[in-house]
Amino acid sequence: MIYFFLLSAVFLGWSLGANHTANVFGTAVASKMVRFRTAAFVCSLFVVLGAVFGGAGTAATLRSLGAVNAMAGAFMVTAAAGLSVYWMTKLKLPVSTSQAIIGAILGWNLFSGSATDFHSLARIVLSWGAAIVLTAAFAAVLYVLIRAALKKSRVHLIKFDFYTRAGLIIVGAFGAYSLGANNISNVVGAFVPITPFRDIGVAGLFTLSGVQQLFLLGGLAIALGVYTYSDRVIQTVGSDLLKLSPLAALVVVLAEALVLFLFSSRGLESWLMARGLPTIPLVPVSSSQAVIGGILGIGIIRRGREIRFKVLGDVALGWLVAPILAGLITFFGLFVLQNVFGLEVYRRPAAAAAGGAARMTVTEAPQTTAIPGSIAISATERSAFFWVSSGSVSLPGGHTRN
Amino acid sequence: MSIMNFNKSKVLQSQIDEFLDTVSRGSIIFRLGIKEYLDGQAARFENAIVEISKLENRADELRRAVEKQLYTYSLIPDIRGDVLGLLENMDTVINAEKKTLIQFSVENPDIPAEYNREYLALAEVCMSAAEALVSAVRAFFHDFNMVGDHLHKVYFFEKEADKISDLLKRSIFHSGLELSRKIHLRYFALHIEDISDHAEDVADRLSISTIKRNF
Repeated sequence: MIYFFLLSAVFLGWSLGANHTANVFGTAVASKMVRFRTAAFVCSLFVVLGAVFGGAGTAATLRSLGAVNAMAGAFMVTAAAGLSVYWMTKLKLPVSTSQAIIGAILGWNLFSGSATDFHSLARIVLSWGAAIVLTAAFAAVLYVLIRAALKKSRVHLIKFDFYTRAGLIIVGAFGAYSLGANNISNVVGAFVPITPFRDIGVAGLFTLSGVQQLFLLGGLAIALGVYTYSDRVIQTVGSDLLKLSPLAALVVVLAEALVLFLFSSRGLESWLMARGLPTIPLVPVSSSQAVIGGILGIGIIRRGREIRFKVLGDVALGWLVAPILAGLITFFGLFVLQNVFGLEVYRRPAAAAAGGAARMTVTEAPQTTAIPGSIAISATERSAFFWVSSGSVSLPGGHTRN
Repeated sequence: MSIMNFNKSKVLQSQIDEFLDTVSRGSIIFRLGIKEYLDGQAARFENAIVEISKLENRADELRRAVEKQLYTYSLIPDIRGDVLGLLENMDTVINAEKKTLIQFSVENPDIPAEYNREYLALAEVCMSAAEALVSAVRAFFHDFNMVGDHLHKVYFFEKEADKISDLLKRSIFHSGLELSRKIHLRYFALHIEDISDHAEDVADRLSISTIKRNF
């Protein structure tokens, strides 16, 4: 059952991989500067690396907003985010997985009666705007610098093309790493507090924690999306970016990658903290909206001739609609799961503490629970069993009616 | 789609450079050929035709090789069409030079000695236009900020060619030569002048491509 619940994360990861590869390798592949096979391999590899080794920061921020503490709840939160992204994409409305997942978590908070950390929420929403502004600023500065350098250099057009291709792959790899690190929490973040995986050692070299395994699963789901569907998305949606020259596209992807990295790097956060400097919040931001910011930055340098301000209005609309839609789907979905299917969608603090203690016992002393012939029941399943068998119906906010 | 490695890209660069060198050499041979004809050096003139024919064939080979690689390796996708157009139009310059020399060889126009200076001046100005064009195209590949510095010379020499050709034709038609001979001489002024017109056409394309390449 646990693995069935994780399917919603696989779906969301697949959708993210299918749709967001265009933000990293769109122009490179659509313009045939880079082969799809190369782009897919580099993108998949670095998304997984970014997810496993750099995804913890943004996941912690999502947890501070609302720590989903039951498998079925995490399933609904993730599925609601996926459904709202799918629905809004169908309606051709601008949407971001980052914004949908926030709405879904808020929906879970509302249903479970958990308090929402409005400080975290404000920080996240401000980060969405800051990400666009920062990407625009980075793209503008990079564009000016690269253009000045090109004017001074006397590189042959063919050699320049060679360097641009290499640059697109390197910057694409960085973009994919940053995408994995920043957006993996959207995919599996809801499952982090209740990860079903145990720590495992890999060939005695390093230990892969349960959360990292969860990130690995999410990363592989993203890679699946990259390989199975992103080519089609690139060929249809990628044409928007194709209007840029390959070098301008390289600048946009580099600016986007830098911003996603800034909003997900724990190393940078520690470095800034150690020097008493203000830190950048580790928040999942939208890669699509960062790309819009990058194009905007170049547009400003080109004196605004190509800026379409309506796009920015659409982005702002998406900030409002995506979280509300995901929140509503989550709320009603949780109600159905709980009262129709009798699943535990959240745990009260006392139950959660007990469950946590039970899991700790299993992790620390597996020999005491692994009795041959016995049926192992996890804390979550045990808790769900008791709640259903007691014949009670849990209402939003933790109220119970018999 | 194949991937071009660094060594292959170097070979392609040298092919483009050789193509431009070939067109440039063609202009020099063209000017020499006209001079030999006007000086009555028939054997040297015929050598110039052989030489320019070889150069024209080589330019065709190089152009085809460059075009094939640009497509095979999907190089410079954003301006590939412009570059292919440029190379094909550059080729028309050397083609026109070869055809003009062959016209001289076939029709053997009887040019009065008093017009020799004007015909040679016209050939020299056309050669200069073609040379300036080669420099502009070379700059497009190597240092596109310099393209404008060469393009204005192409336009200047084209105007000069128009002026010289106009004066030459007026002078011919105001002479006491037979009308048939006047018309024959005019055709040869036009043939030579055509070379600077071809150079101007390529320059127009190049100036647009330069704007597009300006990142």
